[in-house]
Amino acid sequence: MELKSIIESILFSSQKPLTVRELREVLSVTADKSDDIFINSLKKTKDEELQQVLAELETEHSLLGRSFRLACVAGAWQFVNQPEHAPWLKTLFGEKIRPPRLSQAGLETLAIIAYRQPVTRAEIEQIRGVAVDGVMQTMLDRGLIENAGRAEVIGRPMTYRTTVDFLEYFGLKNLEDLPSADELRRIPVTKPKTLVTADAVGTGEVANAEVVVETEKETTDLPAEQSCEEEPKA
Amino acid sequence: MPENTVQLEIFEGPLDLLLYLVKKEEVDIYEVNLTRIATQFIDFIEQMRSLDLDIAGEFLVMASTLMYIKSRELLPVDKQALVEDEDDEDDPRWDLIRQLVEYKKFKDAAGQLQVKEALQEDIFARVPGKPEFEREESPRHPNLSIFEIIGAVSSILKRYHQREESRDVFADRWTVSEKIENIVLVLKTKAVLQFSELFGQTTSRVEVVVTFLALLELMRLKQIRVTQSEPFSEIEITEAPREDFATTKIEEPTPPSDIGTAIPIVQPPLFPL
Repeated sequence: MELKSIIESILFSSQKPLTVRELREVLSVTADKSDDIFINSLKKTKDEELQQVLAELETEHSLLGRSFRLACVAGAWQFVNQPEHAPWLKTLFGEKIRPPRLSQAGLETLAIIAYRQPVTRAEIEQIRGVAVDGVMQTMLDRGLIENAGRAEVIGRPMTYRTTVDFLEYFGLKNLEDLPSADELRRIPVTKPKTLVTADAVGTGEVANAEVVVETEKETTDLPAEQSCEEEPKA
Repeated sequence: MPENTVQLEIFEGPLDLLLYLVKKEEVDIYEVNLTRIATQFIDFIEQMRSLDLDIAGEFLVMASTLMYIKSRELLPVDKQALVEDEDDEDDPRWDLIRQLVEYKKFKDAAGQLQVKEALQEDIFARVPGKPEFEREESPRHPNLSIFEIIGAVSSILKRYHQREESRDVFADRWTVSEKIENIVLVLKTKAVLQFSELFGQTTSRVEVVVTFLALLELMRLKQIRVTQSEPFSEIEITEAPREDFATTKIEEPTPPSDIGTAIPIVQPPLFPL
């Protein structure tokens, strides 16, 4: 018997998604109740080991191409169906109860917060070019974003970040799981030599100029509590 | 501009409108002719005004930026007002394009989030039911021996010292099948029947014996479960859970039609008294 099949079995029978910490707890409590040498040996299973096993299970299940897969949402693992079978499952269970879909403005605002957090309202408005008060309030009310303390700049404006609910709503493992995360956190913009303005088309050679302007925020180090590796704090 | 007349898309802001105009030009964002875009932008605002639509302040700010860019271009390079320090960063065209590029990336990211949002509606998690293990019954005295039941009955029988005169002939006032029906009926309305309750109403030795036989018959058919929470405590009678019928089916060689049907009818009383 190997750890992988034990973990699979626990997740298969669990009534809720389990984090690495909860899985470790199950192993540990089982070891305490048993005299078996093998069961006892699992007491000292490390988080990294569990991560590894979970990642392997995830890959194995996806390679098998079954009707279900192992998914990690906001740091917790569980078995879910493949979306293409939704029509039949909806007949079985009825439509999922979900809040109404987000507006375009909401999605844009959320995208900016997700990639740039912690971020102030002014920074969001700078990127979107419009006021965001209304849409920010909606996101706060829906629990998709939260206050993240004040920025140490003039006026000490409030900063915002996404919540665990945000990850769950979009089915994301962690913030690294955001689409094209690397690209959006730090955007190098290359200025062309000539910018076309006049009606007559400018004098060519637009690309490969040397000026690389990077946006000030280079948040590669994300808040660790929202990643799958270090599960969210309760 | 005639091509703008059918334009009814909702724009999230001036940058969104600019992006739309750039996209219509079908050129790279860096190569876009801002002067032409500026003209289209202002046309669009004019049109919104003619339709009596509220124009957000942001659109007007953008229009003025575009006009500034356009006006700068009208002057020959040597006549252009010197910007305080000739830095690339201060080129209003560049500022605008940079802003547009950044906005575009987030607009695309928002689009990807939207896809994930829709996808999430189609994903159902496997939520198994919690297995029922009859938690409160497991610590009970499950294998109540026949001697304990007999002991219980004989203690009840002690209530009726007198034996009926053996030579008296009388009609059967109680039958096992009646008693079986009775017990099954009581268990339909009551989850747990105490052993003493069962014999509480009995009036004679014969009735006690008949009731006891009914009890044994029901146990044999696994229709009821007789348990004791601890030794020497009250014996309790409960309806057997459904699973027990299933196991009965497998274990017993009797035809499956027997199971689940009313016992008194199918099974004639084994002990006619």
